[in-house]
Amino acid sequence: MHNSKTSSFSLHCLVNGRKIEREIPSSHSLIDFIRLDLGLKGTKEGCGEGECGACMVLLDGKAVNSCLMMAVQIEGRELITIEGIKGKAGGLHPLQKTFMAEGAVQCGFCTPGFIIASEALLRRKPKATLEDIKLELTGNLCRCTGYEKVLSAVEKAIGK
Amino acid sequence: MDKLSFVGKSLPRKDALIKVTGRAAYADDREFAGMLYAAAVRSPRPRIKILAISDAKARGIPGYVTLVTYKDIKGVNKWPVVMQDYPFLPEKEARFAGETVALVVAQTAAAAKAAARLVEVKYRELPFIEDPLKALEKDSIKIYGKDNIISSFVIKKGAVDKAFDNAAYVVEGEFSTNYQVHAYLETQGAIAVPETDGGVTVHSSTQCPFYILDAVAAALGLPYHKVKILQTVTGGGFGGKEDVPALVASHAALCAAKTGRPVKLIYGRKEDFQSMSKRHPGWARVAYGADKKGRLTACRVKYVLDGGAYATLSPIVLWRGTVHAAGPYKIANVSIETYAAATNKVPCGAFRGFGQPQICFAQESLIDELAAKIGMDPVEFRLKNMLAPGDKTVTGQKINSSCGLKELVRTVRKRSGWDKKTQNSKLKTQNSAGIARGLGFSATYYGVGLGAKGRYLDRAGALVNIYKDSSVCVNVGNTEMGQGALTVLAQIAAETLNAPYESVRVEEVDTSKVPDSGPTVASRTTLMSGNAIIDAAGPLRERIFKTAFDLLVLKGARASGPMTAARGVFSMGGKSVTFREVTAECWNRRHKMSEQGWYAAPRTTFKMEDGQGDAYVIYSYSADAAEVEVDLKTGVTKVLKIWAAYDVGKIVNPRLATGQAQGGILQGMSWALYENLVYKNGIMVNPNFTDYVLATTADKPEYDITFLEKPYAGGPYKAKGMGEVPLIGVAPAVANAIANACGARVRSVPLLPEKVWKELKK
Repeated sequence: MHNSKTSSFSLHCLVNGRKIEREIPSSHSLIDFIRLDLGLKGTKEGCGEGECGACMVLLDGKAVNSCLMMAVQIEGRELITIEGIKGKAGGLHPLQKTFMAEGAVQCGFCTPGFIIASEALLRRKPKATLEDIKLELTGNLCRCTGYEKVLSAVEKAIGK
Repeated sequence: MDKLSFVGKSLPRKDALIKVTGRAAYADDREFAGMLYAAAVRSPRPRIKILAISDAKARGIPGYVTLVTYKDIKGVNKWPVVMQDYPFLPEKEARFAGETVALVVAQTAAAAKAAARLVEVKYRELPFIEDPLKALEKDSIKIYGKDNIISSFVIKKGAVDKAFDNAAYVVEGEFSTNYQVHAYLETQGAIAVPETDGGVTVHSSTQCPFYILDAVAAALGLPYHKVKILQTVTGGGFGGKEDVPALVASHAALCAAKTGRPVKLIYGRKEDFQSMSKRHPGWARVAYGADKKGRLTACRVKYVLDGGAYATLSPIVLWRGTVHAAGPYKIANVSIETYAAATNKVPCGAFRGFGQPQICFAQESLIDELAAKIGMDPVEFRLKNMLAPGDKTVTGQKINSSCGLKELVRTVRKRSGWDKKTQNSKLKTQNSAGIARGLGFSATYYGVGLGAKGRYLDRAGALVNIYKDSSVCVNVGNTEMGQGALTVLAQIAAETLNAPYESVRVEEVDTSKVPDSGPTVASRTTLMSGNAIIDAAGPLRERIFKTAFDLLVLKGARASGPMTAARGVFSMGGKSVTFREVTAECWNRRHKMSEQGWYAAPRTTFKMEDGQGDAYVIYSYSADAAEVEVDLKTGVTKVLKIWAAYDVGKIVNPRLATGQAQGGILQGMSWALYENLVYKNGIMVNPNFTDYVLATTADKPEYDITFLEKPYAGGPYKAKGMGEVPLIGVAPAVANAIANACGARVRSVPLLPEKVWKELKK
């Protein structure tokens, strides 16, 4: 709920499976809410204008650039950040395991965004092809890997 | 050598887990009690005389704390990097649009940015120079020294004019290359934390913590022992975090010193584009001469780099370009003259390849033109002329046995199907849709380490501690920036100590723990820090092996046979002990279980006057072939596949090395085809990822990578250096492939569709 006097907003949402109710400045973007209000630092800001994908999070299961949304837009919705990405039995998610095993991680700054984008794809399309993966990940920039090992990591996570 | 346990294996990255879970703490992820935030006030114009700076309006921003200008500098207002011409904050004149002229500090990052926008800089515009070639003209206005020349080098060998007169074939061409932006995904950032004794601790995203130590100590006027630099997890560097993080960190430290509070300074992407270093735009006129038999006899090069407004690393970048300017060939008569020219644009510095990719694009393109003129296959022509062990480079340096260049070329020729695919001349595979396919080749060499120009910095330290529980902690002075240093160096430590790989941890750099180890650049980390670790581990190894032998004898092993050590276990005569048991016994015996190591690169003999002598201690080599499709209607090029082969000595971790190769290739391809930074009237037009285009997953070619490990006796486990060589030869291979596909010879990078199209219309 918006409070015009203090320009703050009382935000209710589900973050990584936990109910959150927080009074936040209405001016906060979604990435501000995640990093500054919740202190979840795994979501990275790479460009601030939706071009690099480093700040991607799952909103109601879909990947969005958290730098392009206002926090107030997620009222009543479900947010998952990299901290909430886990395997079915807890522990590491298959994507996290294959990113490690394939050598898809170098500097790592883009990695949370790639894992989020890949998870969104695999939720939507559990039998994604290599072409699907290539197309889906065009919104995520990586300057280290040349993308080869990232693509093979996502391919190997399919069906796991 | 014994069979290796850890070196040469694709062991898991040490930092992968924290990175896939989002737990890795980069600069912006760190918080300190009472922390304030800084933002830069930047010059709006290419060259200004600063008349006044006022924060009257900025004070109205809630949370505003203070303005920091050059007047707040207690130390020396001169950034100590190479030429020392760059002030931490300008006093009278700002020399490029985007230069930091002051800083504001506020309670939040948002408030600091808002306040920075409201700080008023009163200025008078001064005439400026945008074009480096105009800067070198006699009647140009002078913006840098007497002649706008930041730096200049020569290589002179033989009788060049005569050799060209006598040459049967001569080719000449002018080539140019544009900027490349590092586009590390993590922008620049630092946090400075004041200490109670008047000192400061700086947390920084950086390749070169010791450059920051120099800079912060100078800016704050502090002795080095009161300044501590801690490297944070670093989200990519590629040279872009060599020198300039020292400027960012010094700015944060000046703000911390003035306010007495921790201050965080994190760059936005736009200001990172506008003010941080870049790959220099390059311009070159190159000529080659060959005799009737197709032997290279002469080479003349004039090579100019656009240095930007301050020298920063331009002299060293230019020097590396100078040494490698003629390509990896035997040529008796050579004249190379090179210049770094000053302009009123962003200062350029280190970027993977360091002055080589620009000139390599020129000379490897022209080598193809020469081969065509002679009527020789370009690969055959290269093989005929290229360096092999025993040959001398253009600086007169004798190539030693660690040179697999010819094998690399043959490997790539074979794997790419070169002979079959290039049998017919151009337009051979043009299909009905108007798409032409072509294959292009290049070969390169790369002097590993800093070489003669950087010899005073070419040393590194290491500290190895073995704890009572047998875990091993290694401190080094070179950094992890994504390339895998923490992993590769842990493998080297584990191998030398026979410690289980899992038990070894390499720390991010802390300048208070190891001596100045120079920068993490020039593909030197495996070689320099690796050798320093081996030096430190040597005495420990002796104690551990001696103790292991004693324990095995105590266990009843007959001492007749040799003791073996592998995978953290020591064995003899049917008995074995673990590294853990042995180190526990070492502690019982009160052995010293901590050692410091040191490695200094061997001396070089290069003379700056004539450019003759040994320039680098050792070289890495590469060969590339690129297969492309060119759309003849639009000039759009798509790279289908790159075959590459490398001789970088022993490969310490194959998976990581392949990742370095693929990343370097794509970075080179992205520069070759897409990346186009534009200046208009001294202002950067496209400082963002929307208008400055980088290769994505959709553009990725297929990779075919081969390593030929020519052992280098001076390297740790015979390794050389890997980081940069994969990028250097990509652009000319792509340009040569375009020419092979459709006859369009484009002499300027990026190889944009409009340039290809224009050549096709000729």
